[in-house]
Amino acid sequence: MITIKVQREDFDIGVELAGLSAGNTQIGGVASFTGLVRDIAAPGSAGSRMTLEHYPGMTEKQLHAIATQATERWPLDACLIIHRYGELAPGDRIVLVATASAHREAALSACAFLIDWLKTKAPFWKLEDDGATQRWVEAKDSDDAAAAKWADTK
Amino acid sequence: MKLLYFAWIRAKIGMAEETVTLPPEVGDVGQLLDWLETRGANFAAALKERGVVKVAVNQEYVGKDHKLGTGDEVALFPPVTGG
Repeated sequence: MITIKVQREDFDIGVELAGLSAGNTQIGGVASFTGLVRDIAAPGSAGSRMTLEHYPGMTEKQLHAIATQATERWPLDACLIIHRYGELAPGDRIVLVATASAHREAALSACAFLIDWLKTKAPFWKLEDDGATQRWVEAKDSDDAAAAKWADTK
Repeated sequence: MKLLYFAWIRAKIGMAEETVTLPPEVGDVGQLLDWLETRGANFAAALKERGVVKVAVNQEYVGKDHKLGTGDEVALFPPVTGG
C-alpha cells in the first residue's frame, strides 16, 4: 500500500507512523526518516527562510514511481512519502519517508533507498534566503552517489 | 507545445510557462534547446550550462535525443534539491 502526499501543510509524525501500521498485525517494524530545514543564517542575524518549489503533477508521479520500485524490491506492507512545498522556516519538517514490513531489514533498507532516490528524482528545488541574499541550493554529487549505490546492490 | 520552466531556469528566462509553435527543424529535445537559446539573451543565459539542464516530457525524464510531439508538455529545470 503506497501513500504519497505533496502538501503545503505540516504533518504529525506520530499520527502518520501510527496510521501506517494500523489494522495490519503482520507488520513487525516501521522505519522512518524525517527531513528538517537547517538554519543557515549567521548567528545574530534575522534568521533564514527557505522556499520549496516543485512541479505539480510530475512530483506525485515521480514519488509514486520511486515508492513502487521500493515495494517491488523489498517485502513492504506499507510505504508513505509526505513532502512539503512553499515557505518553510528553520526547524520545520520538509519530508517524511516511512516504510512498514514484517521485519526490520526490509523496512530500514527501503526507507534509506526511498530518501536517497527521492533526493535525486523528485522535482523539488530549494531557494534559501539567509536574511541578506537568496540563492538556489545546488545539487550535491554526494546525493547522486548515494542514489547510485542502490543501482546494483540490495 | 507547452513549455514549463522551474527554479533558476524559470528565474533567468523570466517566465514560468509558455505555449510555442516549434519551427520545422526542431524534432528532438536537443534541437529544442538549440532553438530556445536563439530566442534571446535570457534564454541563452538560462540554458548556457547545457549539461545541468534536466528535461522532462509529459512528466517523465528524457534524454536530449528524445523525439518531440506537438501536444507534449516539456519542462526544463536544474538538478533537483528536495528531500
